Amino acid sequence: MSAIARSRAATTVRRGSSLARKQAVEGYLCILPWLVGFVCFTLGPMVGALALSFTEYDIITPPDFTGLANLQRVFKDPLFYQSLGNTAYISLLSVPLQQMLALSLAMALNEKLKGIAIYRTIFYLPSQMPLVAAALLWLWIFNPDFGLANALLDKVGLPTLKWLFDVNLVKPSIVLITLWGGIGTPMIVFLAGLQGVPESLYEAAAIDGAGAWQRFRNVTVPMISPVIFFNLIIGVIASFQAYFTLVYTTTQGGPANASLIYIIYLFFKAFKDFEMGYASALAWLLFLVVLALTGIQFYFARRWVHYEGGAR
Amino acid sequence: MLARRRALHVTLHVLLVLLSTIYVVPFLWMVSTSLKLSGREITFPPQWIPDPVVWGNYYRAVTVVPMFQFLRNTLVVTITATCCGVLTASLAGYAFARLRFPGRDKLFAMCLTALMLPGIVTLIPEFLIFKQLTLLDTLWPLIIPWSLGGSAFAVFLFRQYALTIPLDLDEAARVDGAGAFRIWWSIMLPLARPVLATLAILSVIYHWNEFLRPLVYIHTPSLRTLAIGLALFKSEYLVEWNLMMAAATLMLIPILVLFFVAQRYFVQGIVMTGIKG
Repeated sequence: MSAIARSRAATTVRRGSSLARKQAVEGYLCILPWLVGFVCFTLGPMVGALALSFTEYDIITPPDFTGLANLQRVFKDPLFYQSLGNTAYISLLSVPLQQMLALSLAMALNEKLKGIAIYRTIFYLPSQMPLVAAALLWLWIFNPDFGLANALLDKVGLPTLKWLFDVNLVKPSIVLITLWGGIGTPMIVFLAGLQGVPESLYEAAAIDGAGAWQRFRNVTVPMISPVIFFNLIIGVIASFQAYFTLVYTTTQGGPANASLIYIIYLFFKAFKDFEMGYASALAWLLFLVVLALTGIQFYFARRWVHYEGGAR
Repeated sequence: MLARRRALHVTLHVLLVLLSTIYVVPFLWMVSTSLKLSGREITFPPQWIPDPVVWGNYYRAVTVVPMFQFLRNTLVVTITATCCGVLTASLAGYAFARLRFPGRDKLFAMCLTALMLPGIVTLIPEFLIFKQLTLLDTLWPLIIPWSLGGSAFAVFLFRQYALTIPLDLDEAARVDGAGAFRIWWSIMLPLARPVLATLAILSVIYHWNEFLRPLVYIHTPSLRTLAIGLALFKSEYLVEWNLMMAAATLMLIPILVLFFVAQRYFVQGIVMTGIKG
């Protein structure tokens, strides 16, 4: 043991408790700004939202305690079910499609092609487009009279469509937009995951006579399953809240509520109708749904997610 | 074997070129529309090459609505929230990684739960808090929550990074009599420059894009941010698609520049969240 280390150890023993106290004080001081923010803008509001959800509150008159009335109202509210259905429709289509497209692209780009940097940039850039700008751009592309989408249909001799203004087409149109703007991030994450798979595993599989599909199924998927899992969780959580700007800017939930997604409905209830109590109940239900979905994903993850270095 | 690999590469190139065309066309369409003479953008079938090329659309797009005012507001929010947020988040992340204090792990676990929380759940009480503080219709509600600790994610990311910095460095500084703040400021921050850059970029993009909160909090036209100002083109100038596309292009340009200057940090940010998440 060197002299310095010995003296340091001696100091630690002698001043152990006062040092610990000093470090505790320093620790609290360091986290103080974050803690204040957390209590005021996360924890407090969560409790506040829960409390508000048992009241009727229009901002002008004080909150009125109504017990479970909001909850009873939610379950009889046709727009609640419709908005939940719309959200499920869009998420169930867009999240898996995004992931599949992102994984396919990442695998193609992982083949050490020429020009990979250009392709990667092209597929990534739409995800960096400011959401309002992207929403307006797609509103213009899907314009029924002069839009690019209809111009292309017209060119190949197909009838033109109303896209975002058609009750039956508005949700698929939104999914299309999310496929353009939403694959950049998962693609980069997949690409990083794929680059971490050792080449030797593929070589060993090839020697054993595994075809391309078997190599994908038995090497790629297990090796990057934590990444797939991560992308799915993030994708689902994001899909419940990220489409606000897109839908608000393009359709505002229309036509005939066909694109009224849950968080647009919540927003209108809170900040247009000023039904803060009811909206808080909707907000907490959303939180519970997200929590449940994440829990379900974690439960099933144990069966298919493979972590290198044993179970975790 | 080599021939097969070659065939695979050619097929992949063909597919990738086709697909990337689909991804690029919307951008080209946006720029093409933005340069068309008013009235020419609404012809069917559309022209791809604008004739004449009207650069003046860009000037009109920033003057028909007070875009420079909106830009100023956005910059105030973005710069303040980013600087304060990155500093406070790194301070908290450092403490969670390196200092021992009672309740540390429980507090950090709470920080992580906040990652899963949809932002809209807390928005209503947050709105009521700012109403109590009579700060509605000011830029403060867009700044304050992020200035106090950035985001849960930023704290988490900085903590993970701080854990990789050798412990000897702060022990040596401790022996020299440096306190926690000093170690954070003169050891942690300089060593953590890459992660700070990543956090700053994520924060800038977030505030540049933020739509929901300005929509809720800002009513006075002169306090609007760019994102809200851009959405105005839809309601007030719906017929002038060329101006709208010019404004959308302008809003994209700073992000593009940032992306090409700091590409490394964009990718790093995503990968750090993805792999170590």
